[in-house]
This record gives sequence, structure tokens and C-alpha cells, in this order.
Amino acid sequence: MEVKTVDIKPVAGIVSEYSDDYDSNLIAILQQSQDEYGYLPKSVLKEISRLTEVPLTRIFGVVTFYSQFTLIPRGKHAIKICNGTACHVRGVDEVKESVKEHLNVVEGETTADYQFTLETVACIGTCFLAPVMMVDDRYFGKLTTDSVTDIVKEYSN
Amino acid sequence: MLKRLKSHDDLIAMRKSGDKKIKQEKVKVSICMTGCRALGAQEVYEEFSKQIKKQKLQDKVEVVETGCQGLCARAPVMTIDPPGAPSIFYGRVTVDIVPDVISKTILQGEVIKKLCYAEAGKKIPYMKDIPFYNRQNKVVLRNCGVVDPNSIEQYIERKGYDAFAKALFEFDPERIISEITSSGIRGRGGAGFPTGLKWGFCRKAKGDIKYLICNADEGDPGAFMDRAILEGDPHAVIEGMLIAARAIGSEKGYVYVRAEYPIAVNHLRNAIAQARRLNLLGNNILGSGFNFDLEIKMGAGAFVCGEETALIASIEGKRGMPRPRPPFPANSGLWGKPTNINNVETLANIPVIIAEGADWYRQLGTKNGSGTKIFALAGKVKNTGLVEVPMGTTLREIVFDIGGGVPGRSGFKAAQMGGPSGGCVPEEHLDLPIDYESVQAVGAIMGSGGLIVMDNDTSMVDISRYFMEFVQEESCGKCVPCRVGTRKMLDILIRITKGEGVRRDVEDLKEMANVTQSASLCGLGQTAPNPVLSTIRYFMNEYEALIK
Repeated sequence: MEVKTVDIKPVAGIVSEYSDDYDSNLIAILQQSQDEYGYLPKSVLKEISRLTEVPLTRIFGVVTFYSQFTLIPRGKHAIKICNGTACHVRGVDEVKESVKEHLNVVEGETTADYQFTLETVACIGTCFLAPVMMVDDRYFGKLTTDSVTDIVKEYSN
Repeated sequence: MLKRLKSHDDLIAMRKSGDKKIKQEKVKVSICMTGCRALGAQEVYEEFSKQIKKQKLQDKVEVVETGCQGLCARAPVMTIDPPGAPSIFYGRVTVDIVPDVISKTILQGEVIKKLCYAEAGKKIPYMKDIPFYNRQNKVVLRNCGVVDPNSIEQYIERKGYDAFAKALFEFDPERIISEITSSGIRGRGGAGFPTGLKWGFCRKAKGDIKYLICNADEGDPGAFMDRAILEGDPHAVIEGMLIAARAIGSEKGYVYVRAEYPIAVNHLRNAIAQARRLNLLGNNILGSGFNFDLEIKMGAGAFVCGEETALIASIEGKRGMPRPRPPFPANSGLWGKPTNINNVETLANIPVIIAEGADWYRQLGTKNGSGTKIFALAGKVKNTGLVEVPMGTTLREIVFDIGGGVPGRSGFKAAQMGGPSGGCVPEEHLDLPIDYESVQAVGAIMGSGGLIVMDNDTSMVDISRYFMEFVQEESCGKCVPCRVGTRKMLDILIRITKGEGVRRDVEDLKEMANVTQSASLCGLGQTAPNPVLSTIRYFMNEYEALIK
């Protein structure tokens, strides 16, 4: 993917929604910015800092603390494989291997075509469907090594 | 078309107008549209609505989108309530079978066998005959799977916000607190602290502004009851918060909810907007002069934020790291103001206690724990799902009578209770009546109620490693015992599971566990060694088998 210059104009709009209290709304501002850009580019963080007067060091501290935030671009679809206890007991490891092999990435990585980012999450609270994953905001349960690749293929088209 | 309620009488009138509707002679079809969505509930619902319209059955059939109906193992599930006849429960419903459900079951009262729950080869069509349902006692989950969570009207029709009106117009704050205290309810989030006492501390604390927080950062792997409550009955949580706010004297509340729960956030947001429109949130609520409003704060993926001081830091927009207590949040919490934090399930209990009274509530459960507890049943068990039983129910009843036992030939080995802070309860303790103290005595904790069943194919050393990996990853790094202790213990456990363990590994694990437990700053570190210790206690042979 070619490197595009990031348009920081939308940041002002996002920040202005929280003008009552920038400091305590920092996480919400970052969440919304990440929704906008798909990740948190350096220029965006600098712009947030400039507009809110929250020091960049503090912003960076928050971004690196929470696992939701990412400083590098992600794929179009987020695949979140659940690593909860029930999924573990019901064999999510094989399912994960199957996806990794299919997409040729490891956890935390994005495919070369920027279609998918593979993540694991602690537990998505649908243990009755174990093993389970989410693609964007959709849940897929009772996964097998075959069904999981079928689902991923559907999203590729 | 929600009209602002100006008084208690308006609320009563609204409920009474709903009474007429309930009496209508319609077949009610309830489809779970939360967890079941993962297995196609959305498509089934759409097909149902389409067919009802096409066949012009709108006067005969009412299709309701509900939250979790409990028996998630049969997803997607639906309940059919014909007027004056017992409820029929169907599972594994597909789009193709929808026309049959309408023509046979709804129009002719005929049961479709292949959709019924089966036990010992026998099909059981009626909900009242299914052990999974008839052995439960749904108090907190009374509306979950029954009402449309996006309809405040349906909640009010089932006496919703009535307990709040009672707390507002009939009780003073002290009376609310004494009612909650004498009910004996303890926090359902894990630590089991008496709720009434907690409220009392916050009420007595000096300060003009007080905050109320609902902890919906359900992070324990294996727990999903808070998610189900928020998705299936969000108004119960809002009502619980209103009562708590009046008791402690708060005008501003926050719900801190995980970003991983999009449906819960959506339903809660909707519920808050509806409550505002009806004047159940905002200023001068029901004309009483009482003000309270709520805001949702989304977590950003940090397990430690379930710890109350870390959660407060996160709401303040900081890195979610815990701090030493005292001062306790009741005296100095959010922005240094007195703050009361309760878990989702605890808050959903509150309206029932106020409505039915402390004496009634105390009859449920045991001396050490009154009321009911919701367990999230998962792992190697037939009926995975949500189960609500009175405290004091035995593990055997939950896993075998309600849960239907362990599938396959391998057999029951242990139940993991309390997630990464808990432990594994082996077969010898299956007849233990479950309450806070009894579970702790056998090396686990009640925790938030996650209950993962393990069969004899499950390696307990691997489970121990799994949990240690989890807490090691989630340790915030602020205090050394937790940061280093969990890392060192994980290294040893990895070595053992690889078959490279050495003789003194178990002794080292115990020693490090001891230090981590006693010297860590917060609950995460203090309880992190529990899964290791409990598996060493009951399954030492498995460790020995791996360390030759």
C-alpha cells in the first residue's frame, strides 16, 4: 500500500465534540480518531495534543497502555480470535493456526493487501459459542479449522 | 412516541395502559437477538417478520426481539407463547424451517420435534419440563429473554421503574440503605463486599459532589452474565443505578463498559435515551426534585480496569493503573470525590430487593450469601449458557442437572470458577453448596460467576499456564511483585508444559505465588497465583507426570 499523507483536518471536528473537558475525554477522542483513520498516525496525535493542550507524552502513554489502540495501519477487516478459557478448552489454538496459515500472518499483523488484521482478545463473552471469533462487529461461533477459513474467504470477496 | 412522565401517577398510568396490551390474544414469538446472532438469529428474525407480513398474521402473532434466553448451546433459540398454553422452546432454528414453525406450531399448535430440546433421547417441547429451565430461579434475569431490551414500554409493563418510584417517594435514603444492608446482598463482581455497607460509606463521606459508577468491564475470560444483562435488560441496570444514586446522594453516574461488547453498548445507549425522554433520567425526575443522569464510558482493552481504582483512572482519561487503598473510592474516588462502584449484576438485583423487600430476598440463598447468582456455564458441558440459581446450590446441580453433564466419554474432571483469580474445583467437591466462603475454602473464588467445565482430556497444568499467560499479559506493570512474579511463574509453567521441568519447579512456583499474593498492589496480582495453587493442590500428579 502506498504511503499517503494523512489529512489531519477531521481531528478538529472530533476534538470539538469534547470541548467541555479534553483531559478526561482523551480516551474517547483517541477512540473516535482511530475509527476515523483506522489507526493513530503520529501527525494525528500531534494535532490532538496541539488542539487540546494535553501533552504528547501523556497521549502516547495512554495509547500504548490500552490494547485497543494501534500506531500502525490496520487492515480493512479486524479478525479478533477469542482466547478465553472456554475457547481454549474447546480447541481455539487449531482454529487460530488455520487462520494464520490461510492469511500468512501472525497475531497482531496485517495482511500485505491490507484486507485483514489478525488479533487475539482475552474473552469476547460468548463462551457458549466457543471457539469463537469476531470479524469487525460480527460474531462467528462453533468454529472449526474449515469453517473459519470459509468465513475469511467470504470477507475477501 | 414516548411522553414525558411528570409524576408517579403518570408512570402508573403508563403501566396500566400496557396491561391491556398484555391481555391481547396473540401468539408471542420471542427470538434471541443477542448472543444467538452469531449463529444466524438475525436471518431467522427477518424471515419470520417477512412471513408474518406476507401471510397477514400481524393480528395473531407478535414477534419480539429479546436478549439471552439462557440455553445458548441450542442457538439460535426462540420461545413461542400461545395464549393460555405452555411456552414452547425451540433451538437450532434455521431460515428454512420458519414457514413450518408458522403453519404448524403457531397456527395449529403442533410441535416440531426436531427443534425441541432433547435429553436421554426424549424430546421435551415445553419450557416448564426442561430441567435446564425448571431448576433455575430467575430473579435478576426475570426480563432477560422475555422483553424487548430496546422497549422501555415493555420494561414498564412488567413493573419496571416501580421499585425506583418506591425508593423515591416512599423511602428516604437511609431507609434504602438499611433495606439493602439487611437483604444481605454482597457484590457480584468478585470480592463479595456487602453492598449496603459500601453505599453507607459513600453516603456518609463528606463532599458536595458524589459519583456513581457501574462497573461493566467484564473482563474475566469465561464470564458473560453482565454482557447478557446489559444486552437483555438494560433498564434493570439503570433502575438499580437510580436507586443507588438516591441512596448515596449522587446526581451523576457512569457506566464503564468494555469496547468488546458492541450490542450491550448499543442497547444501553438506547435505554438511556428512552429513560431521558420519559423523564426517568435528567432533572426533576417524575416531578420529585431528584436529579440524576448517566454517561457511558467505553473501555479500551485493559483487564486491570475492572479493578476499581484503575477503572477510575481510566474514566479520568489516564492509563488504567491501580493505586494503593486507602483512601477508598467511597471517600476519594473519581476526581477525588466520594464515589460508589457496583457491578452490573449487583445493580440489577437492587430493584427486586426494593420491590419485594429484604426479608423476601434473604430467604433465597444461604447465611453467607443471600439471593441468587448467575453463572456463565461453558467449556465441556452439554447445556452451555446462562444459569441463575439461589446461592447454596451445589456444583453438581449446576453442572449435571441444569448443565446436562459432560458430553463424550471422558467424564468430569474439574470446574474452573472465578477465572484468572479463581481456581479449579475437582470432582470430590461437587456436592459443595456454593457461596462466597465455601468456594474460597476449596481454593477457588465465586468471582464474577464464570464456570468452565473441564473433562479428563483437559491438562490442568496447561490450564494453569493459560491463566498465568493471561494475567502476565494483563499485568499493568506498576508494582514489581505482579510484574515480575507473573513473568517468572509463567516461565516455569511453560517449561513444565514443554516437558522440560525440573524437580524444584513446583516448590519455586509455590514460593513465588506466596510473594505475589501478599505483596502485589491490587487484586489482579494478589489473586493471580490462585489457578496455579489450586491445580497444584488437586492435580499434583499431573505436574509430577510432566516433570520426570
